[in-house]
Amino acid sequence: MWGFLGRRLLHSVWVLAAIIIVSFLVIRLIPGDPVVQMLGLQATPENIAAVNEDLGLDLPMGRQVTSFVERAFQGDLGSSIIKRAPVSDIVFDRLLPSVYLLLYATVLALIISVPLGALSAIYRNRVPDQIVRLTSMVSFAMPQFWLGLMLILLFAIRLDVFPSGGYGEGFGGILLHLTLPALTIGLYLAPQLMRTLRSSLIEAIESDYVEAARSRGFRESRVVGKLAMRNALVPLISVLSINIGFLISGTVIVEVVFQIPGLGALLVQSVLNRDYPVIQGLILVFGAMVILVNILADAAYAVVDPRVRAGMAAE
Amino acid sequence: MRTLAWAGRRAVGLRGEAADLLRQAQTERRWSNVTLGIGIAIVGALAIAGFFASLIAPADPNALDLTQRLLSPSGKHWMGTDPFGRDIFTRTLYAIRLDLVVVLIITYVPMVFGMIVGALAGYFRGWVDAITIRVIDAFIAFPFIVLVIAVVAILGPGLKGVYIGVLAVGWTLYARLTRGDMLVLREQQFILAARTLGYSPRRVILRHAIPNLIRSNLVFSMADIVLNLLLLAGLSYLGLGVQAPTAELGSMVADGQSFLLQAWWVTTLPGVVIVVLGAGFSMIGDSLADRLGQRFGVVG
Repeated sequence: MWGFLGRRLLHSVWVLAAIIIVSFLVIRLIPGDPVVQMLGLQATPENIAAVNEDLGLDLPMGRQVTSFVERAFQGDLGSSIIKRAPVSDIVFDRLLPSVYLLLYATVLALIISVPLGALSAIYRNRVPDQIVRLTSMVSFAMPQFWLGLMLILLFAIRLDVFPSGGYGEGFGGILLHLTLPALTIGLYLAPQLMRTLRSSLIEAIESDYVEAARSRGFRESRVVGKLAMRNALVPLISVLSINIGFLISGTVIVEVVFQIPGLGALLVQSVLNRDYPVIQGLILVFGAMVILVNILADAAYAVVDPRVRAGMAAE
Repeated sequence: MRTLAWAGRRAVGLRGEAADLLRQAQTERRWSNVTLGIGIAIVGALAIAGFFASLIAPADPNALDLTQRLLSPSGKHWMGTDPFGRDIFTRTLYAIRLDLVVVLIITYVPMVFGMIVGALAGYFRGWVDAITIRVIDAFIAFPFIVLVIAVVAILGPGLKGVYIGVLAVGWTLYARLTRGDMLVLREQQFILAARTLGYSPRRVILRHAIPNLIRSNLVFSMADIVLNLLLLAGLSYLGLGVQAPTAELGSMVADGQSFLLQAWWVTTLPGVVIVVLGAGFSMIGDSLADRLGQRFGVVG
């Protein structure tokens, strides 16, 4: 098992290297003098020199690479041009809202998709299945910013049950404020989980061990609900981990729609403000999140599925 | 289809599992025909409407008329007017044309590039393959939109950034798909035969392998079109894509955002068009995937 995890970690190291390269290039690929571009009207010689020094842009290229990597690992990502504060502080303040949003969205997606996916598999090719599949095709095509605005229109303006945006205080407040944004992301994720669950449950229902349980006279609800479902749920872990990139993409847009002070809203704001040090830092943080989720998913796989453990031991 | 119907009538005589399986296959086939038809009808109708925008549209898409602000849908303005007094129906038609053209470009240019890279990696294997797969893995792991936004940040907001950003990232999924297929294909008899005849790798790949690799890529491209449509609209909504005053479905949604309370139609209707167009593509993709025994979607 540890060998397997070690190999996966090695893969993560490679992805991390790629992320560092992208982050490093963001400022250096800007056409013209990046610092002048960033500072705009404030591009006085003193300011330019200060920013050059802060970001290490005055060093020779070889030194720039090593110093960037060193400082990235120390959490020193330079200072924001606009906010004049360390990037690491700004990013860290924005981390929790995004993480809560992602977790909440995942929970909602599971609540929606597990019963519907099961329904779809049990009534395969009959009316419930076709309704579920059609809805999932439509929701696959729904832009999240639009869906978010529609939810605001319905639940915040017409019915007035949820706030239309912002980030509350305390657990209850946050939960209340994040419900609509999490639902927006959850409704995007749910169809993908549902498709996976449908096909894996169909496969499980037709497998020998389920047939055997059926022939021993267990009730159908128990056969499907307990025996088949258990195995059918396992692939959802990998769907979740593969989708983490898409989920993060979703938070970028949804945070803007609902004015949540998270990482995604910060990214958009920083691009519009040309605040490149913050963009650089955010790329690293998003990358780290993806890597972390992938590692967690691998570990979860090993815990949940004995075959994976056995396979690892065999290697 | 005819064979299936014939087999179905025969199946009346069959009992139990065999009949069940046949019925199963038939319903699946019928479902897939229906969704394919509806999908093609939707996409076709919207494409025609967009293509002939300048003939159909009742107004000028960018003509401001502040006396006509935020009018609700009526006989004169089918989809109402926006905060600048522009006719939303007209703007929607032009936006459909723009979105379709851009989305086709940012889907099929990366597809061609990705197929070539994937085919080369799968054909030559060895270090070419090792490097390619590393690069692909790193790209795929990363949130797509963040990478595209990074490119937009470098080049400044606008379509140029979207084009370059998506071209830089979008080829990876096609490359992975093609590489996987190529690894299987290169061991097959007809490819081996072509190689034994002494054909150059270029000829074997282009003339013998690619025609067999293209179908799964086309099916996948249907899902990709939907994602790219949402990406383009999303970036434009954020102010990073198509710039005002050009009509684009996502930025039209953003135009109405502050007027959600007074004028629901400004935000709602262009969004509905995105959903309908996207659903059309995803229906086509879903039923094509069914036919080829392939999964529809980006993952899996």
